Amino acid sequence: MPYPRYLRPRALREAVELLAATPDARPLAGGTDLLVALHARTIAPTALIDVGKLTELRGITEADGALEIGAAESYTALLRSPLVARHASALADAARTVGAAQIQNRGTLGGNLGTASPAGDTLPVLLAADATIVTDRRTIPIAAFFVGYRRTALAPDELIVRIRVPRDGRVIRFRKVGTRQAQAISKVVLAVCRDPARVAVGSVAEVPLRAATAEAALARGDLDGAVEAVGRDIRPIDDVRSTAVYRRAVTQRVLRRLLTA
Amino acid sequence: MAIPVPTESPAGSIGQAVPRRDGRAKVTGRARYTDDLVFPGAWLGRTVRSTVARGVLRRIHFDPAFDWQQVVVVTAADIPGDNVVALIRDDQPALAARDIRHREEPLALIAAPDRDTLHLAVQHLRVECDALAPVLDVESATDELAHLTIEKGDVDRALADADVVVERTFRVGRQEQLYIEPQGAIAVPTEDGGITIYGSLQCPYYVHRAVTRALGLSAAQVVVIPAEVGGAFGGKEEYPSLVAIHAALLAVKANRPVRLIYDRQEDIAATTKRHPGIIRHRTAARQDGSPLAQDIEIVFDGGAYCTLSPVVLSRAAIHAAGPYACPNVRIRGRVLATHTPPSGAFRGFGAPQSQFAAELMMEHLAEALGMSSIDLRRRWMLRVGDTTATSQRLAESVGTELVLDAALQQARPMALPTSPTLRRGRGVALAYHGSGFTGSGENKLASRVALEYTPDGEVRVLTAQTEMGQGTNTVLAQIAADALGVPWDRVTVVPPDTSTVPDSGPTVASRTVLIVGGLVAQAAVELRARLRTDRPPIRVERTYVPPDWIRWDDAHYRGDAYPAYAFACVVADVEVDLDTGEVRVTDLVAALDPGRALHPPMVEGQMEGGVLQAIGYATIEELKVDGGRVLNDRLATYIIPTASDAPRIRTVLVENPYSGGPFGAKGIGEIPMDAPAPAVVAAIHDATGVWLDEIPATPEKLLAALVT
Amino acid sequence: MIAFTVNGRPVSLDAPGARRLLDVLREDLRLTGTKEGCGEGECGACSVLIDGEVVNSCLVAVGQAEGSDVLTVEGLERSGALAPLQQAFIDHAAAQCGICTPGMLMAAHALLQETPDPSPDDVRRAIAGNLCRCTGYTKIIEAILACRTRAT
Repeated sequence: MPYPRYLRPRALREAVELLAATPDARPLAGGTDLLVALHARTIAPTALIDVGKLTELRGITEADGALEIGAAESYTALLRSPLVARHASALADAARTVGAAQIQNRGTLGGNLGTASPAGDTLPVLLAADATIVTDRRTIPIAAFFVGYRRTALAPDELIVRIRVPRDGRVIRFRKVGTRQAQAISKVVLAVCRDPARVAVGSVAEVPLRAATAEAALARGDLDGAVEAVGRDIRPIDDVRSTAVYRRAVTQRVLRRLLTA
Repeated sequence: MAIPVPTESPAGSIGQAVPRRDGRAKVTGRARYTDDLVFPGAWLGRTVRSTVARGVLRRIHFDPAFDWQQVVVVTAADIPGDNVVALIRDDQPALAARDIRHREEPLALIAAPDRDTLHLAVQHLRVECDALAPVLDVESATDELAHLTIEKGDVDRALADADVVVERTFRVGRQEQLYIEPQGAIAVPTEDGGITIYGSLQCPYYVHRAVTRALGLSAAQVVVIPAEVGGAFGGKEEYPSLVAIHAALLAVKANRPVRLIYDRQEDIAATTKRHPGIIRHRTAARQDGSPLAQDIEIVFDGGAYCTLSPVVLSRAAIHAAGPYACPNVRIRGRVLATHTPPSGAFRGFGAPQSQFAAELMMEHLAEALGMSSIDLRRRWMLRVGDTTATSQRLAESVGTELVLDAALQQARPMALPTSPTLRRGRGVALAYHGSGFTGSGENKLASRVALEYTPDGEVRVLTAQTEMGQGTNTVLAQIAADALGVPWDRVTVVPPDTSTVPDSGPTVASRTVLIVGGLVAQAAVELRARLRTDRPPIRVERTYVPPDWIRWDDAHYRGDAYPAYAFACVVADVEVDLDTGEVRVTDLVAALDPGRALHPPMVEGQMEGGVLQAIGYATIEELKVDGGRVLNDRLATYIIPTASDAPRIRTVLVENPYSGGPFGAKGIGEIPMDAPAPAVVAAIHDATGVWLDEIPATPEKLLAALVT
Repeated sequence: MIAFTVNGRPVSLDAPGARRLLDVLREDLRLTGTKEGCGEGECGACSVLIDGEVVNSCLVAVGQAEGSDVLTVEGLERSGALAPLQQAFIDHAAAQCGICTPGMLMAAHALLQETPDPSPDDVRRAIAGNLCRCTGYTKIIEAILACRTRAT
């Protein structure tokens, strides 16, 4: 069983062309998800297109009232960025809870989106921030990005280039409840904003989701209603990490805490 | 007639923090573990396992689309010797020929020149079996692997006369050893038709016996050499025999070296675990707290085969009453078979399970009596002259009071919670742990060691004890050096190799220092005398003879169960998040009576490591088995504590020498595992008011209890 | 051909770019100090430094190391002398079975390069991706803290 080809395009355009021209190719950024699957032989791509060092996917900048984060920027880069600290501190809070140093150094924001795990730690923050996914060909509002279990709105040959986070001063509070203090996958992960009303939750459905009725209650200033509603907005299951009962209870309790603390 | 063991150390290495023998190799990456060993031309092996928990193997299909000439396949029909993994009972086959008794049952073996060919071969092999309804729950199991009863006094009468009787049922989970180096063995055929095994293993002579038997070879044809061992914790006590047999079968058929290194998933799914079980207590006391009776029933899930279950049960039962002197005790224990991967040895060997229940029982009894559990323990605990549950009268080195006082003294005032949703609490637990094999076990082992004095003045210690991180090579050198009166660096501890070292027994049961170290000390005393008259080279051999006061009745499980016991007390502080049920252990004091601490930092290291393993046991660690299959067979899903989860563990060593131990030492390898779990669960109760009589006390269970 | 440096020495090899850096280090370069404990980035036993950052070498395709400086445990010694961190692990009995030790040393080395005077919590965070089953981490943390160099 040969290894997939390893290709390193020098520019975004070349990367997109390679992806389009190579059936069953996979873009490779940090590799923290992809290499696990490759070694376990749960995937068998024909080629890995290494986009990790493409300049178009790097950099954290301010532009047009938004924070723009290159898709291949690592969690560590987010943690070190003064811009992220100033304009999207919840994103840094989330990045700090991903894996531990080794994963934070390699894993990327674009990778977290591309993998689209319902447990992806940064994803509720991006949902609560109304981030926009800038690809090689269009922009996708994050609310339309997750279309199913580990499935996204991206075309097979489409690359995430940047993530645009509006710089509108909204205060997002973040809390991850994981299996342990570090190197943990979340049982429940929340990002919450009072104004505008945003309640985004991970690990409680097949996709990271925004709790619509909870947000509606919150927008009316009805905190109790929001806490009650979030229990109906989510669709948690029993799995190897936790139980549906626990996830629902903790989502509600943590939401109340984040709204009142 | 045993030679008196020296207990006075000259100005030597005992009690000093001498540098570990293996330290330099381990910090430079030069230490060679099994997977680091290179054998040119070696093939890679893999085990083909069942896909049903219980069934009958009908056929193994070999897809003709694959060229089977490229690989070697072994099935039960190829086994030249007896198709058993020789241990206590010959019930476990090396490869199932017909009956499948658990989901990971080995059915066939494949070896190939490279990973890809091996993978392809596995993909082209299909196992056909008829599935049968498995028994997966110990509560509905009926097939008994072991049972025993311990009786002291008249429990029924004491229960009838008691002022207070408390009954509780406790449950303990299935814990994975999770050594960081997975299981592995490399088998190398030799010119005489024999086989040499290199592997990650604790007990070279166990492997030697098992491979000899299954391969139908003579003892001289099989050589077992442990590589550097990357953690074991009992997980590499009996299981490596199976890995080694498999590697050897492939190597013989392929006529070349074969590497059989497990990946993590296979290791977690297939290898032995700590016995899960149910422990029921009925405890009686007078109103003033004085002890009347303990009536204890233990039921363990042994999994599909006997493995070491009878001895695990024995140690569990002997320790089930805790370190207490109760006049009337009845302990009934059973191990039942289920169609799950076999349970086996894991640090503590049944005692962590049974003492978890015993210690929580002290809490429940104290609550019923309206007294502090610490006062209650002081009333109950063993002191010199008291008798244990097996009616053993303890003559010396009983450290209960010493460790309790020391731990309480070191405990700091609890900090206030940092947020309104957090609650803090403290729990205390006491434990003891017998050193060496139980009862007549050491007689039967009759361990042997040798000491050699070479013409150039080197002292060589020959034993079968493996270094698996616990410090064997360092501490045996210390014992030999000080008993002989030579500098520590003149002593070499020879790496075990069954063709060169005598059988000093397995590296298990907290026995290396007390039993084997004791033998080394005796041999050194004899060598010292011989040096006055003989010219080197000199070789001295010693065979273990138990202390002459030991009396043990195997039929009634009564008498001197162990020559000595270590004692420990843990004070654990926890912080509980009421929103999520998350538990963090914030501070932990562990006081230990090791007899004499031969190497204090290494003793502390044993304590600290065992404590964290036990914190994991108490809070987050549990293998989940569904339909006979382990669900969390990855490191992403079987969760152990990280550095961010660990408290700073403060160890207090309270020396309390035992006259029969080398320089006063007792065995301390397992006791670190015994006390932390009940201390943590008691601390959770102190913080929240909720009693969880079941571990792991997961956030899911705790939150459910908090809500109701 | 993929070219990078390992422990300061240039390496150039003809390997599939998708192979794991871990396998190239262990099998091709025979640098077996780097260990495999899980193959999925959970245990940290395979930790090495790439351009000064600690990574799990089981999660790096060797092609991604092109042009980088890779440091493994074998590169910590300086002309046969143990690095202070290695000596501290011996002095504090921080290595027991030793299988996590190389990865632990690499994570600690990365921390001390970046933060010469870390707090105990900094140390815990820095090694939280390196599982140890023997020590309870207590002596490892002490050993790393003993190598602090205080800011002047």
